[in-house]
Amino acid sequence: MIDTLITVFYLVAGFLLIFGLRGLSHPTTARRGILCAEIGMALAVIGTLLNHQIIRYEWIVAGLILGSLIGSMTAWVPITAMPQRIALSHAGGALAATLVGVAEYLKMAPNVPPITMLALGFEVLFGALTVTGSLMAFAKLQDLMTGVPIVYKGQNILNISLFIVAAGIGLYLAFDPSQTALFFVLVALALLLGVFFVLPIGGADMPTVISILNSYAGLAAVATGFVFSNNVLIIAGALDGASGLILSIIMCKAMNRSFANVIFGAFGQVAAPTAASKAALVDAKATVQSVTPEEAAVIFRAAKSVIVVPGYGMAVAQAQHAVQALERLLDSQGTSVKYAIHPVAGRMPGHMNVLLAEANVSYDRLIDMDDINHEFAETDIALVIGANDVVNPAAKTDPSSPIYGMPILDVDQAKTVFVLKRGMSAGFAGIDNALFIHPNTRMVFGDAKGTVTKISAALSTLQNDSTPA
Amino acid sequence: MSADLEIGLYVFMLAAFVGYLVITGVPPLLHTPLMSGTNAISGISLVGSLVVAGSDHGLLSSILGFVAVTCATINVVGGFLMTDRMLKFFKREEKPSK
Repeated sequence: MIDTLITVFYLVAGFLLIFGLRGLSHPTTARRGILCAEIGMALAVIGTLLNHQIIRYEWIVAGLILGSLIGSMTAWVPITAMPQRIALSHAGGALAATLVGVAEYLKMAPNVPPITMLALGFEVLFGALTVTGSLMAFAKLQDLMTGVPIVYKGQNILNISLFIVAAGIGLYLAFDPSQTALFFVLVALALLLGVFFVLPIGGADMPTVISILNSYAGLAAVATGFVFSNNVLIIAGALDGASGLILSIIMCKAMNRSFANVIFGAFGQVAAPTAASKAALVDAKATVQSVTPEEAAVIFRAAKSVIVVPGYGMAVAQAQHAVQALERLLDSQGTSVKYAIHPVAGRMPGHMNVLLAEANVSYDRLIDMDDINHEFAETDIALVIGANDVVNPAAKTDPSSPIYGMPILDVDQAKTVFVLKRGMSAGFAGIDNALFIHPNTRMVFGDAKGTVTKISAALSTLQNDSTPA
Repeated sequence: MSADLEIGLYVFMLAAFVGYLVITGVPPLLHTPLMSGTNAISGISLVGSLVVAGSDHGLLSSILGFVAVTCATINVVGGFLMTDRMLKFFKREEKPSK
């Protein structure tokens, strides 16, 4: 009887999780969808608590209370810090899977059926790797360590060998599960692999790495599902794995790079500037045209259409609210304002969208790259705020550039391009940007938030002056 | 091959396929909430953690289970709260009716 009830709970839970994610296909249904997923999760937990294997509740209750407290307290981080918060979450979920794997092994050893042992090996391998990998990603995103790739000779060979050894140990244990020491060697190797795996990956690739780790956390959950023969775990883990995989593929495509290239490529190292590029930079400094925010405001006053191109720099400067204020001013004078979102702008998939939505930008103004690129040619002003590589024309024109082939936002087609920037430094990928010396480009130097506020103030004065009294 | 394993493999195959279809339907606009939402869902390891924490196989097992339950609950509770908080931001502006 109770078993039937548990089965029904799990079945409904599985349905609600899938149905809930389906809700995320549109902003109007998304919150309802997440509510469905929450109910699904609650049913899965209740179903599990009815399990006759569970005879003591004190550890469970303590864990649930402590976890809920920490979880709800840490859910209020600023949106700019969301990437590292999510990286930390990946570590937590994966740690749970790993510990479950270790506990189950200790319980069953030395008599572990081969298939269960394989699943356990898979679980701790992907679980432990995700724990340290996510912690590394967290440290890089939180600036606890350098975001620049750390590379050394033979790195890829070492990583691949380590992975093969770890997988080999997992296989061997399936035949001889009594080798407890070997099992812990496997866990240790996986922990080490996570560190080595993220070391050579730089800041510009963080969206991809977070997605891949998301996928691994899902795979670890799937393996847990096979250990317990629990279909809800398998379903939820598969959804998670699919999501991470799809997001990382989208990120790779948006950078015109292969999966292998992200993992083994150590992209984003600052290349030593060659004599030629130094000369070009000196030349560039001579031809850069810069304007003051007040001069920019005059052009904004006459503009019919503006497209804002946000990048991670906007998040760093916390300029999104100032940008929204400028949007309101432009709106009041009848200027159309849209935002062009590059898939890899920011430090995680969709980062710019959430940031601008939080600043009260309506979501129908947030347009994906492919849907807006053709509009730049008919646009009066492209306003580039803290974005660099995603608007670098070298991606189209310079086959020697590391970002050659990456799809970019065609801001140089706009009648005027304003680039808000602190100074003439290179972007995250360490590449010079020919956009800055484009004849249509006007640089506005200074802190992005301050600059936007100054443009708004000047524009507001102009609007008042030209309104008939 | 055991029946459980066979069923599990079928469930995995179908769930991965459904997951692929559902997730490709999520617009880039909502990719951050998607990631945070699936992150909460990966806290499903909680199900396994509960069994370990509650089945009384010695102190070590209970402690491992307790830590696992705590971590997974942080994921579930924190992940869903963050996702909902972000989704609340996504509003469409009211066009002033004339």
